Amino acid sequence: MFQGYFLTILGGAALTLQLALLSLLFALVAGLAGASAKLSRSAPLRWLATAYTTVVRGVPDLVMMLLVFYGGQMLVNHVTEYLDVGYFDLNPMVAGVLTIGFIFGAYFAETFRGAFLAVPSGQLEAGAAYGMTRWQVFTRILFPQMLRHALPGLGNNWLVLLKSTAIVSMIGLSDMTWLADQAGRTTRQPFVFYLLVCALYLVMTTASSWLLGRLERRYSVGVRHAEL
Amino acid sequence: MKKLAAAVIALSLLSLGAHAKEWTEIRLASEGAYPPFNTIGADGALGGFDIDIGNALCAEMKAKCTWVKQEWDGMIPALNARKFDAIIASMSITEERLKQVAFSDKYYATPLGLVAKKGSPLTPTTEALKGKRVGVQRGTVADNFATKFWAPKGVDVVRYAKQDESYLDLTAGRLDAILADALEADGGFLAKPEGAGYAFLGSRMFGATPEERAVIGEGVGVAVRKKDADLKDQLNKALAAIRANGTYDTLRKKYFDYDIYGQ
Amino acid sequence: MDLSVVTGSLDQYLSGLWLTVHLVTLSCAIGLAAAIPLAVARVSRKPLVYAPVAAYTWFFRGTPMLVQLLLIYYGLGQLAWMQGQWEAGNPFWRLFREPYFCALLAFGLNTCAYTTEIVAGSMRNVPHGEIEAARAVGMSRFVMLRRILLPSALRRAIPAYSNEVILMLQGSSIASAITLVDLTGVARNVYSTHFAPFEAFVFAGLIYMALTFALVGLFQLAERRWLAHLRTQETAKPAH
Repeated sequence: MFQGYFLTILGGAALTLQLALLSLLFALVAGLAGASAKLSRSAPLRWLATAYTTVVRGVPDLVMMLLVFYGGQMLVNHVTEYLDVGYFDLNPMVAGVLTIGFIFGAYFAETFRGAFLAVPSGQLEAGAAYGMTRWQVFTRILFPQMLRHALPGLGNNWLVLLKSTAIVSMIGLSDMTWLADQAGRTTRQPFVFYLLVCALYLVMTTASSWLLGRLERRYSVGVRHAEL
Repeated sequence: MKKLAAAVIALSLLSLGAHAKEWTEIRLASEGAYPPFNTIGADGALGGFDIDIGNALCAEMKAKCTWVKQEWDGMIPALNARKFDAIIASMSITEERLKQVAFSDKYYATPLGLVAKKGSPLTPTTEALKGKRVGVQRGTVADNFATKFWAPKGVDVVRYAKQDESYLDLTAGRLDAILADALEADGGFLAKPEGAGYAFLGSRMFGATPEERAVIGEGVGVAVRKKDADLKDQLNKALAAIRANGTYDTLRKKYFDYDIYGQ
Repeated sequence: MDLSVVTGSLDQYLSGLWLTVHLVTLSCAIGLAAAIPLAVARVSRKPLVYAPVAAYTWFFRGTPMLVQLLLIYYGLGQLAWMQGQWEAGNPFWRLFREPYFCALLAFGLNTCAYTTEIVAGSMRNVPHGEIEAARAVGMSRFVMLRRILLPSALRRAIPAYSNEVILMLQGSSIASAITLVDLTGVARNVYSTHFAPFEAFVFAGLIYMALTFALVGLFQLAERRWLAHLRTQETAKPAH
């Protein structure tokens, strides 16, 4: 039925997952940095973080990706030529990870910011009263509790991130969607290949949702939930 | 003082000489969505006439070549951004492109052709095509031609990222005709089973006026960066060699049983 | 930075902007209208009622919109049966021949799925007191839905829905994948004609940002009008 393309597309699914996980890592780091910047006492830092989230929210993923891929390589080249450091290749995978990580870093920053604020400040004050250093307060009190509040938002954003990896196919990365595109064009039967990709995405998103549900339950041990 | 001047002149001459280098490792780029000239197999590897010519040129130049896949939209910017060193993707030599890159001598020539269902009353004229939907691949000579000469006269030009997508829509019935490189349309569509009910309408288009000829170009060449004149010379020498020793004809016969080099 | 690339293509950008605006507006309007009855079905306790809706939202929220779009446009277009319908001139199936209709359908189905889940979740979160009061007063299920449950749920859904509309605006840029010349499609054409990625895409990005600001402003007005009664909680400053 798939005329020899099935294994290739499965390989593309692995690439999709790889792209999503790498972008997730980048986005988590960027998100934590962004949230800290937004909550910091320095006004320029807050302004920078606000500009970051505003731009990301206001520009489509695809446009940003085209800009990073086609424009970014030119920029990197100017820089490397100027510094005479040699050539750095901005292949579609790198461009994809950078763009998606950059975009979702902004969304994660909002999630982390809300989660940081949701931890009752009394607990932080108590930690300070006990003589804990700011780092100890962060690692022992703030961060673990923040995670519980952040998980639903992080989970939703992960699902959106996973699906937005399909757009990287439009700059030529040989992910699932691109391979299905190509198989469909060559065999003139795009319907069956797109359906296959839909099925693979459904497997990934359903598995993610199930995993996130388990994670949320684990982190909510001991918290009372309202009876609906 | 004289010794210093002599030393400076000698050094600068040396550095001039150092720039005219012999290329031994070349990165070649192709699209992979333009059968039979460049395709991507089920294993993900590039293949087709362009790739065969590229490999033959490299063998002649005794250089190690690696192939890079690149979407058509970003071909020339990526070349100038040094993602690769040469484009062998059936890129026509046109004045517009010569502003951005340099080309080797041509390695085949193709006119444009209008493809539609057999028996269709359309002809490649603006009167017949007015109001009709004509598909082209974005950024190709066909796109430039249709945009420049047909769109202002009321022809609905529909642009696709890949040539193959336009064939899909033609067979689906969404387009009235396609304007494309005649050779590619022949080998990549009309010769295949799905192209059975379709044919060229009117004659091939070489350009009726000087402006049209300027847009269509005089053939397809290997694109290199403007400053890589040495690579261009190497490629031209190798091209002349494979044409002389029969390698070119052997490769051509794999795909076409008529001459595609043109005059 | 060569600004003449942009100034020379202003008319193209304008027509692309217009296409984006009406495509997104229509998709969201259709999606919202369909989502309200679907959300009512989604919160029902009868499996025969909620299961089909749950399956629909699971599919459309679990797969990328780009793949849905390509499936409808190229996928359906290649089916021999569909091509036969087009040749026969069937008016309904002929709609699928048009890229605009395919985009509208894909975007509409997608946003409807997300909006259904948003409204359903909002309905589940309506304070139980309101529902008990409605039942105590003797309202039938339908009257309670119309006068108490839906208005309350829809109001609370405004922030989440505003997010969805903004995401829809950004998501609409994939319409250029099926030959539609929306704002992103114009930027791609300008880029491939002039080889100027920065000018072409930055200008498009700026227009999208302006549209986003307009939407945010609109929704802030909506919140002020319909969610004013909840505002006192939101203006409380977090303790420093």
